[in-house]
Amino acid sequence: MGRERVFNAAMLLALLAVPLFAWGLDEPFIITLATKVAILALAGVGLNIALGLGGLVSLGHAAFFGIGGYAMGILASHAQNYEPLFSWPFLFEGSNQMPLIWLVAVLASAAAALVIGALSLRTSGVYFIMITLAFGQMLYYFAISWSAYGGEDGLSIWVRNEMPGLNTLDPIQFFAVTFVILCLTLWFAARLAQSAFGLALSAARQSQERVETVGLTPFKLRLMAFVISGAITGLAGALFADLNRFVSPTMLSWHTSGEIMIFVILGGVGRLYGPLVGAAVYILLEHLLGGISEYWQIFLGLLLLGMVLFARGGLIGALLGREVAHD
Amino acid sequence: MSLILILEQVLNGLQFGVMLFLMAAGLTLVFGVMGLINLAHGALYMVGAFAAAAVAGWTGSFVLALMASLAAAAAAGALVEVTVIRRLYDRDHLDQVLATFALILIFSEGTRWLFGSFPLFLDVPSYLSGPVMLPGGIQYPLYRLAIIVIGLVVGAGLFWLIARTRIGVQIRAGEADREMIAALGVDISKLYTLVFALGAALAGLAGALVGAIQSVQVGMGEPVLILAFVVIVIGGIGSIKGALVGALLVGLTDTLGGVFLPRLFSIVMEPAAAASVGASLASMLIYILMAAVLLVRPSGLFGGSA
Amino acid sequence: MTDPVLQVHNLCKSFGALKASNDVSLDLRPGEIHALIGPNGAGKSTLIKQISGGLTPDAGRIEVLGRDVTALDTVARARMGLGRTFQISSLAMEFSVLQNAVLGALGARRARGGRLGLFRNVMKDTALLDTAHESLARVGLETAAQARTADLSHGQRRQLEVAVALTLKPRLFLMDEPMAGLGASGSKELTGFLDDLRREAPILLVEHDMDAVFALADRISVLVYGTVIATGTADEIRTNPEVRRAYLGEEELT
Repeated sequence: MGRERVFNAAMLLALLAVPLFAWGLDEPFIITLATKVAILALAGVGLNIALGLGGLVSLGHAAFFGIGGYAMGILASHAQNYEPLFSWPFLFEGSNQMPLIWLVAVLASAAAALVIGALSLRTSGVYFIMITLAFGQMLYYFAISWSAYGGEDGLSIWVRNEMPGLNTLDPIQFFAVTFVILCLTLWFAARLAQSAFGLALSAARQSQERVETVGLTPFKLRLMAFVISGAITGLAGALFADLNRFVSPTMLSWHTSGEIMIFVILGGVGRLYGPLVGAAVYILLEHLLGGISEYWQIFLGLLLLGMVLFARGGLIGALLGREVAHD
Repeated sequence: MSLILILEQVLNGLQFGVMLFLMAAGLTLVFGVMGLINLAHGALYMVGAFAAAAVAGWTGSFVLALMASLAAAAAAGALVEVTVIRRLYDRDHLDQVLATFALILIFSEGTRWLFGSFPLFLDVPSYLSGPVMLPGGIQYPLYRLAIIVIGLVVGAGLFWLIARTRIGVQIRAGEADREMIAALGVDISKLYTLVFALGAALAGLAGALVGAIQSVQVGMGEPVLILAFVVIVIGGIGSIKGALVGALLVGLTDTLGGVFLPRLFSIVMEPAAAASVGASLASMLIYILMAAVLLVRPSGLFGGSA
Repeated sequence: MTDPVLQVHNLCKSFGALKASNDVSLDLRPGEIHALIGPNGAGKSTLIKQISGGLTPDAGRIEVLGRDVTALDTVARARMGLGRTFQISSLAMEFSVLQNAVLGALGARRARGGRLGLFRNVMKDTALLDTAHESLARVGLETAAQARTADLSHGQRRQLEVAVALTLKPRLFLMDEPMAGLGASGSKELTGFLDDLRREAPILLVEHDMDAVFALADRISVLVYGTVIATGTADEIRTNPEVRRAYLGEEELT
């Protein structure tokens, strides 16, 4: 546990140091890459609560990522066009304020997770995988057919949204925002894993019967985990859309679900900082291999395949060995 | 809204459903017998379509193209089973999801590398093109009718294979109990390769048949894969009968919903709004159907316990 | 004597043509150990599952503390005070021994209307830890508290099963072969422990260890092919001709 803690701190420091250096060297592109890592890691931290702690193999987390993205897109597009989003019970013209956008993104994705979770958690195993995948795809097709918000082409925002007291157009300041959110979420996820809820959820993953026998309801534990998980991934989606100033159905596609899962897996399932390692490696690979060959995903596929077949603990597992049962 | 239009759309729905059945049958067999969730099934559909397009372009023969699609997909399936899939039978679903997702990346990018990003075209042969007059005065494309017939014939063959042959007995035994087939003296790993290749061949055939209506391109298998999952959730995992019923339900619901929902909404709305709302709702219809089935029967219409 | 804590009335459960429970009736009275014995495949596990809530009977009624629980699920029955131990260990194998016991204490807190925290470190919650340690000490697992559950021997897992049930402070126990894998000295210890435990809450005990059954049980029910063929004291069962014929065959009882 000690070694992993040191490793985690080093990873976080590295994520902070790289963009700071880049800032000094005036390399905004690298800052943007680091911002992307922080945001994708955040999405992974969200999924990891369902997947790592709860053992819920959700292939539909793109739904929440995309809902967060569209929350940003819809609020900001109304604000920039001065078109009221609704006029009853009060006039609301959208918003370009990040905190409000985040709140809406979190609430909307949590609500979606509640509905999708309540339906799909009635089943388990392979059904759960297929059903989460299917519901994610439902939202994907819905977004494509929803012409009011760009349909297949997506929605562009002219200017990045505002954060009180900061200039979010400055890459390093926007990075700082995402980094702080990531740190807070990691702290929250760590507390959650150690809490009574985390213990019961983790027990439900290991033995459903055991949890029922002590009088706790696995379904409720899992639904709660799924909602928290979806809400965090939704927040990441809002940030991701803000980073690109663009949201499109691609954010909702099942490839996105697969990619978020890859972040979690590359780092190591159930490892708190696994998604950070995974997202960093993914972005590095995309950047380095993508420069060599436009077919870089072949290598990603081979790497992933090798990892699943031969190194099941992920990168952190390979570096630090098996994790001991949490204190 | 004429009766002819309705019948025509019903036939379209049937055609779609029959294709979905070819996909879902392999998936559900592989899950039933080996307990494996295979996301790369759509990649095999794509392999079949590309093989057919390549052979058709080369020889000009549609029949040879179809045979090539079967052979190529079966070969790809067998190769993948022997090298990767068989290591996954004893793993948890997460590992299966990841490894088969990795296979999708490899297959998709590999195909893009071989054939480029532009879609290929597979032409409907002249003897199957053009409309045919059905009883009742319905003009319907002959090729689509042929797809329905081929799909139904293959489906019947599959039922026969499972119900009446030695292999079928072994497959059914494998679904019930892995140890039992070992006790029967069956070479399990050969049986598994065979089942996987069979499922792959069905997917490849579906890809080739559909490829002649749509374009043949990378990623074409994935939307179909997800629909096949919906089919399996509705029909119940491991059940061929469930796959057939689920596929026809999904095919009909999707096709009829897409055509008639906008018209239905236009009764109460302006045409533009009705088209938009109708299209949005139609795109979600099969998922709503799936959710409804889940609420009533969490293990699907023909499934055992979930 | 006061009312029975558990009453099973005319329970039936079939799997296809197999009648796993055939009109089974039995009860569990305060302060007693009621042993359920029978050959393999007699339907003991099916009966236990129906009582604990994991299986719904085809017909019949189950009452716990005078309340009809037939329609309630496992969770609700556990909260009413039904403490179950499993034949095939269902512990959280990645957890430490202590964590498994804390999980039980957590369930007990929830049953009393408490909430599961989302932030506080559960392994620093002294109230839960006290309950957990006390239960572990009672079954003699205190020294293994920090061990990983997967590393325990089969016997120790049975002990932990019992300890987790203890944390629930149940009104009755449902124990499925707690002696299996314990070895001679271990099962003697557990026998002594259960002997005292019956005063806290009565025990419905499924057990293959006949020495333990005949030493402990106030009453014994014999289940054969899903039917209770006899219920009575150890002596009555030992001398019951039908039991000897159907269940024991030629085998002599000691």
